[in-house]
Amino acid sequence: MRLLNLLKIAYKAIVLNKVRTLLTMLGIIIGVASVIAMLAIGEGSKESIRETISSMGSNMVTIRPGADVRGGVRQDASTMESLKFDDYLAIKEQTTMLSYITPVVNGSGQVISGANNWPSTIYGVNPEYLDIKVLGLQSGSMFTDAEVKSASKVVLIGQTVVDNVFPDGEEPVGQMIRFNNIPFKVIGVLEEKGENTFGQDQDDVVIAPYTTVQKRILAITFLHQIMASAISEEDAPEAVTQITAIMREQHKLADDEDDDFTVRSMEELISTFSSTSEMLTILLVAVASISLLIGGIGIMNIMYVSVKERTKEIGLRMAVGGKGSDILMQFLIEAILISITGGVLGVLLGLSATVFIEKFLHWPTSVALYSIIISFAVCAVTGIFFGWYPARKAAALDPITALRYE
Amino acid sequence: MAKEIIKIKDLKREFTMGTETVHALKGISFTIEEGQFVTIMGSSGSGKSTMLNILGCLDQPTSGLYEIDGVSVKDLSRNELATIRNEKIGFIFQSYNLLARTSAIENVELPLLYNSKVSTDERRERAIKALEMVGLADRIHHTPSQLSGGQQQRVAIARALVNNPVMILADEATGNLDTRTSYEIMSLFQELNKTQGITITFVTHEPDIAMFSSRTIVLKDGHVIKDEMNDTILSAAAELAKLPKEDH
Repeated sequence: MRLLNLLKIAYKAIVLNKVRTLLTMLGIIIGVASVIAMLAIGEGSKESIRETISSMGSNMVTIRPGADVRGGVRQDASTMESLKFDDYLAIKEQTTMLSYITPVVNGSGQVISGANNWPSTIYGVNPEYLDIKVLGLQSGSMFTDAEVKSASKVVLIGQTVVDNVFPDGEEPVGQMIRFNNIPFKVIGVLEEKGENTFGQDQDDVVIAPYTTVQKRILAITFLHQIMASAISEEDAPEAVTQITAIMREQHKLADDEDDDFTVRSMEELISTFSSTSEMLTILLVAVASISLLIGGIGIMNIMYVSVKERTKEIGLRMAVGGKGSDILMQFLIEAILISITGGVLGVLLGLSATVFIEKFLHWPTSVALYSIIISFAVCAVTGIFFGWYPARKAAALDPITALRYE
Repeated sequence: MAKEIIKIKDLKREFTMGTETVHALKGISFTIEEGQFVTIMGSSGSGKSTMLNILGCLDQPTSGLYEIDGVSVKDLSRNELATIRNEKIGFIFQSYNLLARTSAIENVELPLLYNSKVSTDERRERAIKALEMVGLADRIHHTPSQLSGGQQQRVAIARALVNNPVMILADEATGNLDTRTSYEIMSLFQELNKTQGITITFVTHEPDIAMFSSRTIVLKDGHVIKDEMNDTILSAAAELAKLPKEDH
């Protein structure tokens, strides 16, 4: 028997029982819709986390001096003097995977302007720092390479510092402030960034040329860290490897010696967050799958009733020449048709639910194509799986008994 | 000699019910030739239904020979039996067995749906022709609930004719109809038998039906007790005319 004929018969059976078919489909519809909506929410939150991390500079790579042991006492990494300006130069010259790089020295102190003062941290960097940290300027401008060279006493300040040191709302750019009693000219204000994921205030900073901080505030020649930006997020691990090799060369480490520095990318952080939200997605999908399963059982139930109800019809079909396989296919196709139609409606409902969630609840959502494909495939499989047994029961009927069935 | 459509020789059918064996048919032999209108009669328990199931290739004999149109049915698989039913037999049932909420033409097309050799266009064409033969050309899109009992049985007859079977097998085909309608149906059978030369086997327990056929086989307790040609075949059309006119 041709497939087209079977489809016609199945279609007819469905159309003749519209309400019942719709009710049967409801389970599948809700199941599929919830799978799609749940996955969209999961994907959406994953993406928004990724975006948050990106805004912190997801391709950021940091090089710090390694902790050392001096006379049996482990030293804090920040007190190490092993990271040199030469290391920075070597990396800058030899690397191919980085787009920006800056030396970093930092120290804490009191920012003073007139009667106001505020404890903050000063970062000595070069102009590329803004690109690495993805920072914008609210007003003023970044210092130049020339100002770095001349160790100019210029600073940029974050919003928190502005709020506390200039509480009356006057324009900070052009004003003089003192940091640890050294006068600086404010040449720019950073755009507000708020707290980072760890609750740190990213606006409580003072930025100055690293030369200035090294010479005038800290009086050191070494670097606290080197910050760099890989060309892209995907290149970050490669950049880490490359930097490690350059640094080992620089520090003349033998093969059996451990690194006396550490190179880190944001990769680990991203993967931690991703795995958390993946877990969430799996949970949501598990819940949704259960409703899909219940939908499948609904189909099986109705197919059973349908086979029972149409026993006489089955007998007649067999009497006029329908083979067992024809009957099997008829009911199987009917089940699949129900589940797939339910699937299509479910996808539509899921998509509208996603739009609704995005629009009215303002949750980040992102519909992944794979979620549609998967739930569709699951629907077809559900139809086959739950339609098979009733269909086989129908096919195994004895035509004589079926014909006499009342 | 006319072609033998049905050839049955020493046919036996036994059923096992628990520990007991029931002998429903105890060695039956007869042949039906092309163009015959045979009535198989018998009271309940005579083996009539078992005979019908075997004739209709719905069941197989325990032993003995059964050939339909030269094909031995014994040892055929379920699927092969289905094909024989599809191509060689036209079934007509007491309760019509039409598909509900399905138009007359679609009901008639049903056997051809299971025959992949027939195209969609040919199927429709043959179904229309069969409906014309039973006088329902103007009702092809009516569903069973829009048709009277007699008309429903005509649809069933058209369905039995549509696959050009070698034999029509009717099971109490007039059992649900009043006298007038059953005479109408019988006259249709007679006409199909006479003008188209269609072989008809009519299984019934009503003696008056037998008078319209050309041959009567009577079963009792699994044996053929009577098998004779009917010399004076009544015309169903004439009998119908004799019935008192219905008040409308």
